[in-house]
Amino acid sequence: MRAFAYARAATPSDAIGADGRLIAGGTNLLDLMKLEIETPDRLIDVNHIGLDEIAPDGDGNGDGLRIGAMVRNADLAADDRVRRDWPLLSRALLAGASGQIRNRATTGGNLMQRTRCPYFYDLAAACNKRDPGTGCDALAGRNRNHAILGASDHCIATYPGDMAVALAALDAVVEIEGAAGTRRVPVAAFHRLPGDTPQRDTVLEPGELIRAVTLPAPTGGRQVYRKVRDRRSYAFALVSVAADVTVADGAITRAALALGGVAHRPWRDPDADALLVGRAPDGAAFAAVADAILRGARGHGDNDFKIPLARRTLIAALAEATGTDVRTAA
Amino acid sequence: MPAPTDHPITLTVNGTVETLVLADPRVSLLDALRQRLGLTGTKKGCDHGQCGACTVIVNGRRINSCLSLAVMHDGDAITTIEGLGAPGALAPLQAAFLHHDGFQCGYCTPGQIMSATAMLEELRAGWPSVVSDDLTAPALSDDEIRERMSGNLCRCAAYPNIVAAIRAVADAAAPAEDAA
Repeated sequence: MRAFAYARAATPSDAIGADGRLIAGGTNLLDLMKLEIETPDRLIDVNHIGLDEIAPDGDGNGDGLRIGAMVRNADLAADDRVRRDWPLLSRALLAGASGQIRNRATTGGNLMQRTRCPYFYDLAAACNKRDPGTGCDALAGRNRNHAILGASDHCIATYPGDMAVALAALDAVVEIEGAAGTRRVPVAAFHRLPGDTPQRDTVLEPGELIRAVTLPAPTGGRQVYRKVRDRRSYAFALVSVAADVTVADGAITRAALALGGVAHRPWRDPDADALLVGRAPDGAAFAAVADAILRGARGHGDNDFKIPLARRTLIAALAEATGTDVRTAA
Repeated sequence: MPAPTDHPITLTVNGTVETLVLADPRVSLLDALRQRLGLTGTKKGCDHGQCGACTVIVNGRRINSCLSLAVMHDGDAITTIEGLGAPGALAPLQAAFLHHDGFQCGYCTPGQIMSATAMLEELRAGWPSVVSDDLTAPALSDDEIRERMSGNLCRCAAYPNIVAAIRAVADAAAPAEDAA
């Protein structure tokens, strides 16, 4: 690990505009610092700035939720309101990492976690995300867990997390404070596509602080998180699907889908989701929306399997969310 | 390159107040416990948060001590395996691991026991896991134990006996109607 200076922030304003890298739970950043993939000169410890409450939120009725950036993943997953009204978020959090890591990892920090692309981790490999301009060894390398949607010739890494996939499907918003004031960015727009600047994972600017994530009131839909991985526990997703689907009088009235493990950010496609509205929940409708979401999908060799896997996982998640038996209906 | 600055920190370790001066903030909590305080019961396995051998309990929560800087824990209360029990006065999980032969080489055992100690508290508090059918009322099962202990690896694969040891302690602590 490279040497760095350390300072403890006492308030959010100590952290906003601070000269240095913010550290919260540190479960990803310290790992990357040990490997010298991250080499900050100065760490600002934000573990004592507050922002650790979960409170009712929303216009007037307070049916939404405001989650402080320093709320630990374990506390968020176990929160009674989240378990009752946003079980998708609990399920996604609990599908990620281990008990020890969820006790440390925070809401804001989890959004900032970096890819697990093995070439990003290998200092001897070419990686435009770690070292812009050097190339991408994943393109022609072992790319089993890489992106099938939204990738570029510069980077095919995926965003690895689960929490943000659920938050994207739930239309959550990131509240960001910087020197110029507060701005609100949908979780679905917080992470960037790689383009020709894959070194930038998110739209967060230097000096800005994530203060909170807000959830709008629950939609009344049935929420499902389905994660497919090589190992049943403590493994990153090959493909995951977050679904929030409402059915009334035999027809789907609203659907929100997000995919994890397939792109540089949680993948939303509201135009495709809209194809479900007005249709009966059956295998044909689910296949149509899955095909629409995956119409631009492209494999890179080892990860070609993710395209049919994502299709099946989308159909399975929709079947679960609507109580449909697609084995006979399809 | 930053100029070195001394960081004095105070940790309450197994009930004893310890003051350390860190000349370099790079010291992990794990290395501070082992090298500065001589508490070598906590083990260094992967040093990347993947194996769980370094699990300790900080302010009541189990964490990977390798993935945390000691300087970030100024003021915290830490329990290590040395604080859980002692020869002749073993903690229930320590005794159960012996009785059920929950190890072979023993290297992962302190982390397993610290993790299980806090995990049973999480279960008592009603925390769900990803295998809980009902998020609001998780029930103890071997599947739940395996899922909740997935952050602790055992290269000797003593898993069946580890689950049995944890199960025995959980059942003994459960209310009578649940234990029946």
